[in-house]
Amino acid sequence: MKRFEGLEKLTGRTLFIDDLPLENCLWGATVRSPAARGTIRQVRVPNHLEGSGLVLVDHRDLPGPNVVSLITDDWPILAAETVRHRYEPVMLVAAESRAAARRAAAQIEVVVDPLPAALDFRQTPTAEQIQVGDDNVLKQLKIERGEVDEALAAAPIVVEGEYETGAQEHVYLEPQGMAAWLDGEVVVVHGSLQCPYYVESALTRALDLPAERVRVIQAATGGGFGGKEDFPSIVAIHAALLAIKAQRPIKLIYDRGEDMAATTKRHPAWIRHRTGLSEEGQILAHDIEVVLDGGAYVTLSPVVLSRGMIHAAGPYACDHVRIRGRAMMTNSVPFGAFRGFGAPQTLFAIERHMDVIAKQIGVDPVKLRRLNLLTDGQATATGQVIDDGTDRQQVLSRALDLSRFTYKRSQHTAFNAEHAYLRRGIGLACFFHGAGFTGSGERAMKSLLHVAGLADGRVEVLSASTEIGQGTTTIFTQIAADQLRLDPEQILIAQPDTWRVPDNGPTVASRTTMVVGRLIERACDNLRERVGLDAAATGTELQAALVAWHEEHPDEELLGSARYQQPPGIEWDDETYRGDAYSAYGWATYVAEVEVDLRTYTARVIDFVAVQEIGKVLNETLARGQIQGGVVQGIGWALLEECRWQEGGMANHQLTNYIIPTSDDVPSIRVAFLENPYPHGGQGAKGIGELPLDGPAPAIFNAVAAATGVDPRVLPLVPERLMELIEQ
Amino acid sequence: MRHQIRVEVNGKSHEREVEARQLLVHFLRDELRLTGTNVGCETSLCGACTVWMDGKAVKSCTQLAVQADGCSVTTIEGMKQGDTFHPVQEAFWECHGLQCGYCTPGMIMAAGALLKENPSPSEAEIRQSLKGNLCRCTGYQNIVKAIAHAAQGGAQ
Ligand code: FES
Ligand code: FES
Repeated sequence: MKRFEGLEKLTGRTLFIDDLPLENCLWGATVRSPAARGTIRQVRVPNHLEGSGLVLVDHRDLPGPNVVSLITDDWPILAAETVRHRYEPVMLVAAESRAAARRAAAQIEVVVDPLPAALDFRQTPTAEQIQVGDDNVLKQLKIERGEVDEALAAAPIVVEGEYETGAQEHVYLEPQGMAAWLDGEVVVVHGSLQCPYYVESALTRALDLPAERVRVIQAATGGGFGGKEDFPSIVAIHAALLAIKAQRPIKLIYDRGEDMAATTKRHPAWIRHRTGLSEEGQILAHDIEVVLDGGAYVTLSPVVLSRGMIHAAGPYACDHVRIRGRAMMTNSVPFGAFRGFGAPQTLFAIERHMDVIAKQIGVDPVKLRRLNLLTDGQATATGQVIDDGTDRQQVLSRALDLSRFTYKRSQHTAFNAEHAYLRRGIGLACFFHGAGFTGSGERAMKSLLHVAGLADGRVEVLSASTEIGQGTTTIFTQIAADQLRLDPEQILIAQPDTWRVPDNGPTVASRTTMVVGRLIERACDNLRERVGLDAAATGTELQAALVAWHEEHPDEELLGSARYQQPPGIEWDDETYRGDAYSAYGWATYVAEVEVDLRTYTARVIDFVAVQEIGKVLNETLARGQIQGGVVQGIGWALLEECRWQEGGMANHQLTNYIIPTSDDVPSIRVAFLENPYPHGGQGAKGIGELPLDGPAPAIFNAVAAATGVDPRVLPLVPERLMELIEQ
Repeated sequence: MRHQIRVEVNGKSHEREVEARQLLVHFLRDELRLTGTNVGCETSLCGACTVWMDGKAVKSCTQLAVQADGCSVTTIEGMKQGDTFHPVQEAFWECHGLQCGYCTPGMIMAAGALLKENPSPSEAEIRQSLKGNLCRCTGYQNIVKAIAHAAQGGAQ
């Protein structure tokens, strides 16, 4: 099945938020902090701007509390007395044109008396740098199972290693943007976003309005990757505040530089491993420490930390595991949700560490993984017994076959001995990714979904899940059509609009197809029951029944509904971090082949194989596209994308010097699926969206190590860093 | 400073008075309401704003509207002729060459221009020539495939 919304996108008819015609609108812009930390002494608005018809908004214009509702109430909508990071929003302006608004914002000066900033999350903050509690720790967690100290002391071999990953900018191609206007008593916000109900709850609180007076509508969204999960709430509140003050519609659209400087990014991480092993390489004990840079405010750091920690021991069996983690507050831009959500960082560490172990104890890296991969009946770090019937050894074998791993390795030895300046290597990573919310998240969310039977016999899916490029509309159409035995043309997917669709949770955590897809199936069943049909009914019978129902009940709405039900046998304890962290996992092995140029110190990926088991593959074209796109983002994170920091601000906040992969930087990505349908996922699917971010970086690093003999442990491996390693 | 310009866009002639510093992309989007051309960076890096000027692909964020005076401009809206899609549009549809769609108009314009110059490019040539058009969603694979597909179709 082809993309549902593809034709509009191909012809330029799609209306992204900046494209939306908006009568009589003003343009917004944001005045930001020049300093990483300090007290705001003054906000200087030049005289010629005062009384020029410019609309100005600051924290005093907020009807509700000055917080962006998320996990912790610490993230100000507009800084009041103090600032905690560079580019923190302080004031908003609106003017008659985009250019005028930007010019005005640039002329307003925020004068800050600086205070000592905490800029390195790896260092214990000094007394003057403490801003949260007595240690700047935003969140601390521990996972513990077995007798780690005893097992480590008894282990014949202990291998230690430290690993580091840098921040990553989302670079969704469409920058953040919102439009806001007043429709009578109602504040309407329309824009680029992943999670309409996150924005709604942030707005109702900030504006002190009941839900009936706030309406959030998603516009076509040009990519998200997590970057439009947390941050759009801020843009939405800002646009709404301006619209209320100006009593005119507002467009607030970020340009690229502002977007890259001011919005959330992937958490930088530092991870330390101490691993106890038998002589053969069996893992006997894990002692792992995970430290994340949380940035200036909590945002989603606690959940990113927990997902990262749960994945930190990799897809391997071990009875004695301790994982300690903390997220540190620093005076840099808040870090937030980004595809993978903590797992890419910790999986990078464990999968690079596995190769470090292999080298140190003289075991083949493939054998080492084979020896330790989880088999059914064994438990993960949180004590979750894996029993899904997936043949993880087979996933690995398939990747080795497709990449011709062993053959390539011997070829490379010969190639490297001959070539003057090119070195080739191949590396792998075995990993897993938990799909859906962590722990009790799905149960707490209580997602609700409707499908409406329409008077003309068509069926409309009413869901808050957003299309952000990943193919939601297509997959939902396919699931509903299959479930009701209807032609896909008979299915409509409602635009996510909080006035029309119920809250079936945010579009995050690789949960849309698996969790929400299952809700669609059940809501479809419910719809059929409501018109007195059973599961054997044909599509024609259903459509006739829908038409008849509406004839009998004019002007009434006919809804089939479903609320989330936890799959049986799932237990999770939030206190001890023990139990079934995820209801399902995707399993994967990725192989990267690289070529390093010793003249330029650049590493290039020349072949890439991605093999995964993700339950049933519902639409192979879309699934492949997700994997290919994710792998290329992972290649970027591993080799090219470096956020350079200057006084807590991103110095290279333009595409001129923050480099993401182009078509010429990457090879074709060879993708293969193994299928083991998951009984509780939509049509048997497990989540897929985030998994492909986890594998590329460690596979590439292992390949570079194989090619050159160096031991890279800090990501990204930009030429400067590779040069240092090779020259040493 | 304002200037009078005459530009043919998608076969239609437009006469307008524009600010000297107005960018072509803003002229197209704001004055002519042709919003299919997207803005991703305004620094000539992402290619989302690619259009044709006298048949050649240009980034409309690096051109001033006044530079288009007397020129013929084609945007994504001008690619479909009546009910017939341009072969590159057709191929992007067939090969799933898009996800979020934000890069897509620029990609199609860049690809169309490539195929005019080189009707049967190799994969390496396609990858090389698309270097100025960023896509964050697809990993480029299906875009490259689509262009190769269009090239084969175009060779009939
Ligand atoms: S907007 Fe013109 S190249 Fe990015
Ligand atoms: S499809 Fe989203 S940027 Fe290319």
